[in-house]
Amino acid sequence: MFDLPTIWAGLLALAIFIYVILDGFDLGIGIVFPFLASDRDRDVAMNSVAPVWDGNETWLVLGGGGLFAAFPLAYAVVMPALYAPFIIMILALVFRGVAFEYRWRDKAHEKIWDRSFFFGSVLATFCQGIVLGAFVQGIEVDGRAYGGGWWDWLTPFTLTCGIALVSGYALLGSTWLVMKTEGALRDTAYRHARRAALAMLAFVGVVSLWTPFLSPQIADHWFSYPRLLFVVPVPILTALLALLLGWGLLKRNDQIPFPATIGLFALCFAGLGISIAPYIVPRAITIQAAAAPDSSLLFMLVGALVLLPLILAYTAYSYWVFRGKVDPEAGYH
Amino acid sequence: MFEAFDAVVLARIQFAFTVSFHIIFPAFSIGLASYLMVLEGMWLKTDNPVYLNLFKYWRKIFAVAFGMGVVSGIVMSYQFGTNWSVFSDRAGPVVGPLMAYEVLTAFFLEAGFLGVMLFGMGRVSKSLHFGATVMVAFGTLLSATWILSVNSWMQTPAGFSINEVGQFVPENWLEIIFNPSFPYRLLHMVLAAYLTTAFVVGAVGALHLLRDRTNAEARKMFSMAMWMAAIVAPLQVVAGDFHGINTLEHQPVKVMAMEGHYESHPDGAPLYLFGIPDDENQELDYAIGIPKLSSLILRHDLNAPLAGLDTVPDELQPPVSIVFWSFRVMVGIGLLMVLVGLTSLVLRWRGRLYDAPLFHRAALMMGPAGFVAVLAGWITTEVGRQPYTVYGHLLTADSIAPVEAPAVAASLIAFIIVYFVLFGAGTYYILKMMNKRPSDLPPLPGTLTRSAGTTQLAAQRPEARQAE
Repeated sequence: MFDLPTIWAGLLALAIFIYVILDGFDLGIGIVFPFLASDRDRDVAMNSVAPVWDGNETWLVLGGGGLFAAFPLAYAVVMPALYAPFIIMILALVFRGVAFEYRWRDKAHEKIWDRSFFFGSVLATFCQGIVLGAFVQGIEVDGRAYGGGWWDWLTPFTLTCGIALVSGYALLGSTWLVMKTEGALRDTAYRHARRAALAMLAFVGVVSLWTPFLSPQIADHWFSYPRLLFVVPVPILTALLALLLGWGLLKRNDQIPFPATIGLFALCFAGLGISIAPYIVPRAITIQAAAAPDSSLLFMLVGALVLLPLILAYTAYSYWVFRGKVDPEAGYH
Repeated sequence: MFEAFDAVVLARIQFAFTVSFHIIFPAFSIGLASYLMVLEGMWLKTDNPVYLNLFKYWRKIFAVAFGMGVVSGIVMSYQFGTNWSVFSDRAGPVVGPLMAYEVLTAFFLEAGFLGVMLFGMGRVSKSLHFGATVMVAFGTLLSATWILSVNSWMQTPAGFSINEVGQFVPENWLEIIFNPSFPYRLLHMVLAAYLTTAFVVGAVGALHLLRDRTNAEARKMFSMAMWMAAIVAPLQVVAGDFHGINTLEHQPVKVMAMEGHYESHPDGAPLYLFGIPDDENQELDYAIGIPKLSSLILRHDLNAPLAGLDTVPDELQPPVSIVFWSFRVMVGIGLLMVLVGLTSLVLRWRGRLYDAPLFHRAALMMGPAGFVAVLAGWITTEVGRQPYTVYGHLLTADSIAPVEAPAVAASLIAFIIVYFVLFGAGTYYILKMMNKRPSDLPPLPGTLTRSAGTTQLAAQRPEARQAE
């Protein structure tokens, strides 16, 4: 049951989940960025993530690198299949990444870098949503390579997933700001968080109802007995967490909305896992078939088991150094 | 003419373009991270504010260069899959884990402590802050180690077998990581990164010395950079020589191209200083050479025989002229660097290091030299490896993804536009920062600072902070 490929699939899923949460909130800040009230608010919002965004994005590199290393066949099929969304995503991340430094260096063109930060964040998120949707929807495989067309990823379902993720990251970003800021900026963040929460719940609802209709196999994963008993907690917990989130946003308890949103993401992620297991390229290549030889997986596992806890420890330390509400005067610029 | 641009050629251009842009930033940030570590360490040891000013001056420049390195690196990590998926499938089991280790040991370390290094002064103790700077510097070196191990394995593969679906299967990780060319390549590249940074720092120091010979920060950075040049540039010549001999042993065809040896030389090969390589007729036109010197350099024996490209089938030869010329550019700049280093020693000995405008001008001109040399060196080694991605085992033409040429062309154009706009802007900002006097930097709140011979609290100088 717990062979090396399964363990690696689990580790990879963990890395991608950590990525989605961590870069999710700083991409989310990019998404709500132009809707903040003043330049000063934007400075504070950016400074709230400036010390950590780089580490957050490293989890994306681990996700891509980990897929390449542990499941080279899946990597070789998925990347060409999603050529355009991946290229657009990385270019968008380039635009957004440089903004962190550039906007402080060039006050005359600050607006340009603000826009670069906003559009980069939105586009990168939207593409990630498309990638996710295209993945669930299935990828055509021919031998050991992608066998479909160049626009297979572009469907109403994937576009809906893109919008769902944009609203989801916007929720993560604004609840992060709720937690990290004070005064008028926090009020604005609460307002955006309430809107984003409604949008995210609506779109996630649509995607969830849509997914089982994509293939009988997915439907079977969700609705067959006795599997039903194991999967039914997912929607129930989702509903409970949505209520907690709503309560936190209405009662203005700063510490509730962000963790509640993380919980919602975790449940969506679990739902995704239920839909696609045991495949790594849904309904075409299983985890076992795509896995690198055991000699590769074992070599990496030794390192990952030592290094991942270490990484989590110093990442936590770095967050702890910058804990609490952001000091509006902070920054090294 | 457009038929010539098939998907393979376009994908190669795209990779060459993105990797060439990318290598510039790590080459700079590896050296700069170590320099920052030394500066902060010296500040803690001596309490001399000149070091702290320099630390903060170069830290800003580092942040921009590092940011560009990170984002251009993310591009690279996905390009293996989008354009070179067959290579990814086949070589992934060997190359992938090494790159995963790079992420786990190096990228996280750099990124995790970068925040503390950039924003943590005043929030953590001085020694913890220094620890963060050390970790960032250590991370850049670890990163170089892993990626050069990957690249070296592709050049001199070892420690693997090939399975029934054509994948490279790791058999011995020590042989894979410490493959035959790895130690030489790593040493050569790290020294190149240090030299590149030294010449940039030296040029900025020279610029400010030309404006004001008494500027303490300018003197300090110029002096440090020139020590580096004087010591490391000659070392690099030795390291390069060892690397060349190693290449001759494991990739002789590359050396033939570097040296322009179309024909075999049974009793001592000349060193060609000039010539126009002609792949079609397999000859070096207008060749000017020093007899037997190539044999002396490569074999340390005047009469040692050297085989030429006439022993290699045409389709397994790299494009000679690119390799031939890029190699000469690299070596030429390397020798200029040695000259600058030695001149600085003479001037220092005569007590005129800060009082030699002509030399400062020369040092200023040499500022970008390291980048050119690094690029030329990489072109030599990568083009010289053709037509293989995994030397001797996997052809470049067989490594490509099943992509269509228009898709690769469109993404190539997008990369070119985005890179020139964004990294052009970044370079402009870096140059702007370098143009500022290092001692004009506002001091940290609450720390003591020198100002026109008096000492005062930084917090009492709000105008200095606004001026930024």
